[in-house]
Amino acid sequence: MNLWTLTIASLRKRALNSLLNILLLSLGIATIVTLLLVSTQLEDNLYENAEGVDAVVGASGSPVQIILSSVFHMDAPTGNIDLEEAVKVIRHPMVERAIPLALGDNVRGFRLVGTTTEYPGRAGAELSAGSYWDYEFEVVAGSVVAEALNLQVGDTLYSAHGLSDAGHVHGDHGLMVVGILAPTGSVMDQLLLSAVETMWGIHSYEVDTYEVDTEEQDSATVSAADSDHDHTHAHEQDIDHHAQDDHAGHTHAKGRPVTDTSYLNPANLDEQITSLLIEYRNPLAAAQFPRFIMDQTNLQAAAPAIEITRLLGLLGIGLDAIQIFAYILIFASLLGIFIALLNSMKDRKYDLAIMRSLGAPRRKLFTLFTLEGITLSLAGTILGMILGHTAVWVLTGTITEAQQFQMSAFRFLPEELWLLGISLAAGLIASLIPAIQAYRTDIAETLTKT
Amino acid sequence: MKQAGMKEEVVLSLRNAVHRYDVNTEVILPDLAVKKGEHRLILGQSGTGKSTLLHILAGILKPTEGMLEISGTDLYAMKEADRDEFRGRHIGLIFQQMHLIDSISVMENLLLAAMMAGIEQDKDRAEKLCRHLDIWEKRHSLPETLSQGQKQRVSIARAVMNRPSLILADEPTSSLDDVRTEQVIAMLTEQAAEAGATLVISTHDRRLMNHFEHRTLLGGNPGQDGKPGQDGKEVHP
Repeated sequence: MNLWTLTIASLRKRALNSLLNILLLSLGIATIVTLLLVSTQLEDNLYENAEGVDAVVGASGSPVQIILSSVFHMDAPTGNIDLEEAVKVIRHPMVERAIPLALGDNVRGFRLVGTTTEYPGRAGAELSAGSYWDYEFEVVAGSVVAEALNLQVGDTLYSAHGLSDAGHVHGDHGLMVVGILAPTGSVMDQLLLSAVETMWGIHSYEVDTYEVDTEEQDSATVSAADSDHDHTHAHEQDIDHHAQDDHAGHTHAKGRPVTDTSYLNPANLDEQITSLLIEYRNPLAAAQFPRFIMDQTNLQAAAPAIEITRLLGLLGIGLDAIQIFAYILIFASLLGIFIALLNSMKDRKYDLAIMRSLGAPRRKLFTLFTLEGITLSLAGTILGMILGHTAVWVLTGTITEAQQFQMSAFRFLPEELWLLGISLAAGLIASLIPAIQAYRTDIAETLTKT
Repeated sequence: MKQAGMKEEVVLSLRNAVHRYDVNTEVILPDLAVKKGEHRLILGQSGTGKSTLLHILAGILKPTEGMLEISGTDLYAMKEADRDEFRGRHIGLIFQQMHLIDSISVMENLLLAAMMAGIEQDKDRAEKLCRHLDIWEKRHSLPETLSQGQKQRVSIARAVMNRPSLILADEPTSSLDDVRTEQVIAMLTEQAAEAGATLVISTHDRRLMNHFEHRTLLGGNPGQDGKPGQDGKEVHP
């Protein structure tokens, strides 16, 4: 027997009451923990993905939208820009590096991005298999895409028009997987990357002709008119593994050779891209470059740092409201613990007098009640934390956006330790008045009254 | 703390004790000198100050005036915390209502006595008491599952658990029939003898008169002779 076993026995005796108090507190704690995990990881992920990007230049429209679409690949782009105009930006003296992005297609909901190899390099991505593209229509898959679609180097994919998994499938042209990226924990894991020219090639394939690399056809000319077979088949299955392709008679067009600068060929100047990720040459550019874009072009330049802060600010209002609600829940539960302990003190007044008559000093009874308060708040907090992490785990398993932000239910934040400490202190405070009353128990008076 | 010196045999000594609850309520208590191993009955009707006397003897109600010595120790000269500890180790209390702690088992109720007194929890002693008082089968049960008789036995076992030198019982038989009364008194005297303890029973139950050689009368006639008694007088059969 010790005070701890006595505490547990007492709480067990009032099991329903104890359980309800624990549950109420855990709901408040779970809400706070979920908000903490989501908001912290969201913020971290947003800033990590935008690292090294000083500005995004694209078609005029919402600056938040262009940041979301070009940096986080979440929203639709504001439109396309002419390469001719983009080249002026790329060659601007304040620009250290400009990475082109051409969007517009997806493979089963995973975005296909026409870009240069600088793009994955900027995010610190490394190849886990294969190599980067040397030709048009060669793609490199992010780690999540490769896992989700069970891709291997040499597989062929068919992209669909649009950014979601519902568009028209370009079944008339296969994209060959030539490389797979190692996981980065960034949005890169969720993308399929290729040369800018691939995006142009996919959409102009109907009118262009390329050499076809197939075992059944040494050379072929594929046009929109005679691509019906491939097209129909692609709707049925837009991923073919190499071995199957040979039998299916699909065509893998090996496009023209490409490099990181080949898209700037003057012959392509009538083409379009979606946006440019800009890295400034010096800090002064932050003030001058956006003015240049505004004054000298029809484009817009949006700074990720500013837009993320604005976005988080807007999001923060909603999060604050939920957080206030959670704190009200926690306060209500602590009030519940206080009332439960107070009632328990009254119910057990004679027990306390008996304990005193058995030799228990006053401080022992005080400790007994504070221990009960702390035990209830500790149980509620731990259960709340488990529920909070479970909620994030469920979110990441069911909501696509949560997956896209690479949220983890198994990340533990220092704020959770604070939450535990605050909760224990609050449990102690809630138990103080009942504990003081227990401390003041007058044995003779109590025993005389019964 | 004072030593009794010559009065070594006297375990309990109360002298010149008066307790005032307020200006209108004053209880004048008789002097008592109870020897080691003695079984003393304190008899009195309701309102004669039996409970006040017992609470003072137990060290839970400090008298307004007077001195109480138990085993040579001036109980009310001690600090409250020391007095609590002394009570836990040297005095066993039995109340009219058993008031066992209902959230813990019979065995745990016995061990609780040792725990609260801050002494070693002798499980063997608790088990021995359970066997001896015929509550062995119920030792792991919660008090709510016990009969009144079983609860009474647990209450007695808890009082003697720490081998006290003084056992104080407040109205232990007031709601019992004659047979149960005989059993409880037998149990109390036997356990007191086994523990080598002095036993003081405070009651208004006249049936106990013949069981005790030493009796102290409170507040008038307690007994069988039909004549008014003298407050605090020690009577012998």
